[in-house]
Amino acid sequence: MNEGGPRGKGRVVGLEGSHAVSEAVKMANTDVIAAYPITPQTHIVERLAEMVADGELDAEFICVESEHSAMSACIGASAAGARTFTCTSAQGLELMHEVLYVASGMRFPVVMVVMNRALSAPLSIWCDHSDAMAVRDVSWIQMFAENNQEAFDLTVCAFRIAENRNVLFPAMIHMDGFYLSHVIEDLVIPDEKEVRDFIPDYEYPFPLDPERPVSMGCFAPPYIYPEIKKAQEVAFERSKTEVKSVLHEFGEVFGRSYELIESYRMDDASIAMLMMGSISETAMLAVDELRDDGCDVGLLRIRLWRPFPFEELRDAVRDIDTLIVVDRCVSYGMGGPVCAEIKSALYDEPRRPKIVSFIAGIGGRDVTVDHFKQMFMQGIERAKSEKTKTDEFVMFGVRE
Amino acid sequence: MRGVWCSAGNGKQVIFCDGDFLLMIEICIYGRGGQGGVTLAELVAHAAIYEGKHAQSMPSFGPERRGAPVLAFVRVDEKDRIKIRSEILEPDVLIVLDESLLGVGDVVDRLKKDGTAVVNTNKKPEELKIAHKVATVDATSIAREILGVPITNTAMAGALTKATGIVSLNSLEEKMRERFGKLASKNIDTMRKAYDETQVRVQQLSGERGE
Repeated sequence: MNEGGPRGKGRVVGLEGSHAVSEAVKMANTDVIAAYPITPQTHIVERLAEMVADGELDAEFICVESEHSAMSACIGASAAGARTFTCTSAQGLELMHEVLYVASGMRFPVVMVVMNRALSAPLSIWCDHSDAMAVRDVSWIQMFAENNQEAFDLTVCAFRIAENRNVLFPAMIHMDGFYLSHVIEDLVIPDEKEVRDFIPDYEYPFPLDPERPVSMGCFAPPYIYPEIKKAQEVAFERSKTEVKSVLHEFGEVFGRSYELIESYRMDDASIAMLMMGSISETAMLAVDELRDDGCDVGLLRIRLWRPFPFEELRDAVRDIDTLIVVDRCVSYGMGGPVCAEIKSALYDEPRRPKIVSFIAGIGGRDVTVDHFKQMFMQGIERAKSEKTKTDEFVMFGVRE
Repeated sequence: MRGVWCSAGNGKQVIFCDGDFLLMIEICIYGRGGQGGVTLAELVAHAAIYEGKHAQSMPSFGPERRGAPVLAFVRVDEKDRIKIRSEILEPDVLIVLDESLLGVGDVVDRLKKDGTAVVNTNKKPEELKIAHKVATVDATSIAREILGVPITNTAMAGALTKATGIVSLNSLEEKMRERFGKLASKNIDTMRKAYDETQVRVQQLSGERGE
């Protein structure tokens, strides 16, 4: 989002992050909602159920007995040509896991909001990105929201992107559980009519129809499976262009535009910190304070996580010497998953920054402005030190 | 009333100036599960947004248990959109919904030096061993009398407004109507009565705002 710019078209309201999503789903005129409640996603479903019951939203609300069934129901509805929505968190996302591949493999544009939460065990209802990282490879378009405004805007965009004929992939919006789901803040909600104009009616090219029977999700023997998967990868990669153009068009219509990689105070920065999700706004305050002290630091955030924006990332880090990556998840035996991807994306660059990895804020551990300043300082030292190994990562603030 | 952090005592405090907050105001609400602290945080944030300010309410993230200490947070900023999302460690205002919590944890110690404590108690401000500016009101009695239950959040909304003026009674009233439906009018009466009965003791300010 353009910092300091106008807040865009619409009226200012106070909304909880969950309800901002429900509002977006309602304005998108969604046909079918199938979801199973799980903390911290529950309020989205509650509000949508209310909207359907009160007649505010003319949709089919399917009460399912599990997340596995929720996703299966969405796939069926999407195949019949319905605009579908679901949402979940953590264990719920894991329970859907096998069905996620079916949605993308069959090219159904289901939209899902994932209220990011840690995975058990030990049981934690609090925020981190281990649920998101477990579904990196499912061929869903995935974007991260940093605040409730973005949660609303990206949910609206997700329908438009997913249902585009050149895309036809499901889309996932990640937002931080509790830090956004249960937080009320001021945001701008556009006119419902304008949202509906922005998202044309969903028309699946080959909907289930008793008059014209088709088989979907057929058996694919070895002589055809790789070709199908190659086609899927090519189409998925290409959808990036569509993501970019929808985000920009959203900016033109509503006055708030988004980039695949977002930057904050990156002009003439030589040190950058990179992350995803809601902690980034707290990190901006650390950047401001360090800039006031004369440090040339900036901030990068990944908006589009899948398909990965390689080109945009390379452009964003071209002139910096040190890149500090803050992950909100552990890939056991490997380190920070985002950091690993950043390293691989930059491996072939002739000039690449020294990359330092931190893991912070897992299981809902609070990350403050001071913590970010400490990570900047420690990160700069580690980048300079000869002793720092390339596979080293630090779990910040952990008592040992 | 807007633009001046008024108190029942001597009128002004340093935090509001010429219609602007000089800084973001951070409020911690300390209560027990079931007393409505999270709802109070939400009402204050909604009221501030209704007044055209930027605001954020945030529960302390945990499973709710009736009777257990619960923290909720509110931030209000007249000028800038609020970016910070970490928990409030050193609030400008501390609302204590249950007097028995004053001795639990270090919540009072973390109140900023020139901050304000708003406490539900039947004691007078000077009877509390708190070095800060203190406002007191017997919210439990008022809530029992008007609502018939010891849920003190809406009474404490009145006390907050009397002690700080961060949001107006009218905006709170508007948001209570939206939120509580037919229960609104009793809660509004509770808030107004608590506003009238809140006593404020103003501390000598040191001049600088303590960080």
